[in-house]
Amino acid sequence: MELLVAIIIGSLTAVGTYLMLRLRTFPVIVGLSLLAYAVNFFLFASGRLMLNSPPLLYVEGPHTDGLPQALTLTAIVIAFGMTAVAVIMALTAYLNGGSDKLDMQNEAPEVTPEERGQ
Amino acid sequence: MSLALIAALPFLGALLPGLMLRAGRNACALATGSVTLLALLGLLSHLPAVLRGEVVQARFEWLPALGLNANFFLDGLGFMFAGLILGIGLLIIIYARFYLSKTDPMDQFYTYLLLFQGAMVGIVLSDNILLLLIFWELTSLSSFLLIGYWKHLPEGRQGARMALTVTGMGGLALIGGMLILGNIAGSYDLTVILENREAIQDSDLYVPALLLILLGAFTKSAQFPFHFWLPHAMAAPTPVSAYLHSATMVKAGLFLMARLWPVLSGTDLWFYLVAGAGLITMTLGAVIALFKDDLKGLLAFSTVSHLGLITMLLGMGTEIAAVVAVFHIINHATFKAALFMTAGIVDHEAHTRDIKRLGGLRLLMPVTFIIGTIAAFSMAGLPPFNGFLSKEMMLHEAAHTSTLFMVMATVAATFSVAYSLRFVFHVFFGPKRDDYPAKPHDPGFGMWAAPALLVVLVILIGLFPKTMAGALVETVSKAVTQAEELPYYSLALWHGVNAALIMSMIAVATGAVLLALHKWLDSAWIATPRPEAKAIFDALLGAITRTATRFTDLLHDGAMSRYLAIFTAACVVIVAGAFFTADYLQGTRPPLPITNASIVGFVAIMVPTIALAFLHRNRYLSLVLMGVVGLILSVIFAYLSAPDLALTQLSVEVVTVILLLLALYFLPKETPRESSPARRWRDGLVGAGAGLGIGALIYALLRREPDNIGWYFLENSYTGGGGTNVVNVILVDFRGFDTFGEIIVLGVAGIAIFAMVATLMRGEGGRRLRAKASEHVKIGDRHPLMMVVATRAVLPIAVMVGIYIFWRGHSFPGGGFIAGLVVAVAVLMQYMASGLEWAQSRQRFAYHGMIAVGILTAAGTGIASWFFGYPFLKSTFGYVTIPPLSKFEVASAMAFDVGVFLTVLGSVMLALAELSRMGRAADPDQPVNTDPMDIVTDGGAIRATSKDS
Repeated sequence: MELLVAIIIGSLTAVGTYLMLRLRTFPVIVGLSLLAYAVNFFLFASGRLMLNSPPLLYVEGPHTDGLPQALTLTAIVIAFGMTAVAVIMALTAYLNGGSDKLDMQNEAPEVTPEERGQ
Repeated sequence: MSLALIAALPFLGALLPGLMLRAGRNACALATGSVTLLALLGLLSHLPAVLRGEVVQARFEWLPALGLNANFFLDGLGFMFAGLILGIGLLIIIYARFYLSKTDPMDQFYTYLLLFQGAMVGIVLSDNILLLLIFWELTSLSSFLLIGYWKHLPEGRQGARMALTVTGMGGLALIGGMLILGNIAGSYDLTVILENREAIQDSDLYVPALLLILLGAFTKSAQFPFHFWLPHAMAAPTPVSAYLHSATMVKAGLFLMARLWPVLSGTDLWFYLVAGAGLITMTLGAVIALFKDDLKGLLAFSTVSHLGLITMLLGMGTEIAAVVAVFHIINHATFKAALFMTAGIVDHEAHTRDIKRLGGLRLLMPVTFIIGTIAAFSMAGLPPFNGFLSKEMMLHEAAHTSTLFMVMATVAATFSVAYSLRFVFHVFFGPKRDDYPAKPHDPGFGMWAAPALLVVLVILIGLFPKTMAGALVETVSKAVTQAEELPYYSLALWHGVNAALIMSMIAVATGAVLLALHKWLDSAWIATPRPEAKAIFDALLGAITRTATRFTDLLHDGAMSRYLAIFTAACVVIVAGAFFTADYLQGTRPPLPITNASIVGFVAIMVPTIALAFLHRNRYLSLVLMGVVGLILSVIFAYLSAPDLALTQLSVEVVTVILLLLALYFLPKETPRESSPARRWRDGLVGAGAGLGIGALIYALLRREPDNIGWYFLENSYTGGGGTNVVNVILVDFRGFDTFGEIIVLGVAGIAIFAMVATLMRGEGGRRLRAKASEHVKIGDRHPLMMVVATRAVLPIAVMVGIYIFWRGHSFPGGGFIAGLVVAVAVLMQYMASGLEWAQSRQRFAYHGMIAVGILTAAGTGIASWFFGYPFLKSTFGYVTIPPLSKFEVASAMAFDVGVFLTVLGSVMLALAELSRMGRAADPDQPVNTDPMDIVTDGGAIRATSKDS
């Protein structure tokens, strides 16, 4: 089981990193989300894996470690906040700069003649 | 008054000038002055104890684990410096009130000045050397602001930058030196360090520590070869020069050397470095000063020279030399501050500081003339002024050190006489001119009061040294040397005819001749090529900057993907290097068996993940795949005993996908294939490397037995926090402060999104958005009947579920985070089904307000525990039975969870509502239907509104 979890986390990291290295904003955001999954899963797994032993005290023990779960829980929510800010930044860049390329320095915005006319 | 309060007062007072300026410039100066006066009175209240030889202390633990504590102590040395800083500071504040013109922002000036003052007082009162270092850096920063106060002057900006570079660099060296020193002594408290002379001087690290500390002290006190920044800092307003560059900041280096004198001095290295640098600086500064035409330039190099003099005395390492150094610090501060203020008055009234354009001011500015002359004679070392006393004692010490010191000291004294006399004769004597840039006359009383007071001190200390300064010099000297009894010395004008007197007489005679020959000497000086410090500094800085830029450009050329790839690859290489060069121990924790269910989950998450790498150019498809990954992940969380995580992941996944869908409405739907196959291979390799590293890391971790603190929460969450859901109890109780921080971050994210959308809509982007409206694909049915009806029916149920999840959270899976997300999804469905207008018009509370109320509720819960004498966020709980409900538990942490709930709900909704507002703006022509499917009662007749009517 540990091996499977490690492969999942590794694959999420690999694909997330690959997507973050793309040149357009949208794949970068998707890559960021995948990396966030990987990080959250990593954090959670650092409490070691246990089956059928949630950290709920009304259930018979043993219980798994609750602390990584608590930290991961907030991390998931914060990751959403981060993704949301990144999305709005990407949108702002796209609408202001006229292109969704990641690196737009030294490039004039792609303004069409119709747009300029308005 | 507590020492900590004395040090804190200027910092607190720095808030006042900005507020008081509205009440006028006098009120502003008065407020600033009162702060300093208060601190000065507080300091003076300790005078009797200090004179008795006691050490006043104030100690507060700050970060004891790091050895960083807010410990202050006051002995003679600290008292003298703090007195100089606050006393002269007060005079400078009065002087600056009249010096600054109406167009100068006075509030900024006083704010910077008080910040600087606080930092200086902090240095001299700190017992803890880490605290001292913090204040040390603060003086560099605040002096940067003061030197560059006239932001419109390029010299001011460049001078400020040079001062910051040199003193900041020295400050870094000092940090290293002080840490070594603290390490040797085993404590960061000065009082402890000062008792460990043998341990420090015997240590192998004595030499590096000494070199680093001296680097800090020499740069701050403008000692050769770091003397060049001080003249360039003269671009500052004159009150700043008088305060920082004569009386206080440049003496911080001297203070440090005096403070550490008992433990560092006495070795050969100390003597050669400190006395040598002092000797060179003293002579060099005096020679250059004679040829400066700028009044402040002359004074700056004279200051360099006098600082060298004091450094030399400290470097000699004898107790008697230390006494002289102390005495000269007092004397120099009085006459040099007065001289700077005089120079400022001349500049202020004649509109020039160029000595070659001045002269004959004796009759036009009689008061300034008297003040300036007395101070300059003291600087020259003429009797009966205080400068004479300490200069004689210095010459005496130099004569008893070696012939080299005797000769050099006489040369320095000669030039000192020459430039001092030049200050008097070339400015005030000579014929009256008619080409002054402005008509000079004496300024008002307010401006000359401060230098006049200092000059009175110059005379009184000169005539009655024992009465005026005897006790202080003795106490301070004892503090510097840490000696019980000082060797014999006498503060008096007349010591009989001795070597010092003869050297002095030679100096005065030769100095007068030098001044007489000044015209010829000056042309010779101008004709001689000399290294220009600023040019060298600029060239050096330029070379460093160019090298750094070239190196940075290579790695970091502005393309984000490039440096991300370099960063990731570098991490992978470093970690792999560490891994393959060390031994690897196989973990011992037995692995869990691989079940059928786990294989299903594995395949279900791996397929979309891998597919994403290849299919990501179709953006809708990539969003679907991403959503699948997130959903399977939540199932995995549930399978691996984390029900709370599963619920959170599930609800976050829903809002994330909706968010990205909304964003995709504006963005292109396809990603073009832009990168070459080689580049995709490169990125694939980087990604694979990172994945392999992370995967191996977590595998290694999972196969090891945990050594953690998790058991503590399992054992205490019911007894201590009153809940059986350990995760929730940790979130709202044990680690409540963390959670508090997290929801603030989330709230900030929501508000940032709101601000960004508002800015976007106003600017070019908004125009472009509206222009592109026609391109968007429209769906035929904007408010599908089934969806509208279903979502409205579901809303109360969903909210009920949210409340239920919230309520049970403390003891069962659930809680504020999850409840907030669930309710957000429920509300979001109304937006999707019935449209923005319909939903917004029915929404009574602004989402920003919800975030604010949430954070305030959480904070309020935390603060409430203060009233019961508990620390912030300490929670309590009890059990309540309200019929017909069964017995349930109420914890104060639940109020905190309400705050979490509201913040999460507000932030999520704010982010999504703003995006839909953008969508609405992109489509201004679309008819608005504010009541789709609503049953409207209209004059008794009931009709269902048709869509898009």
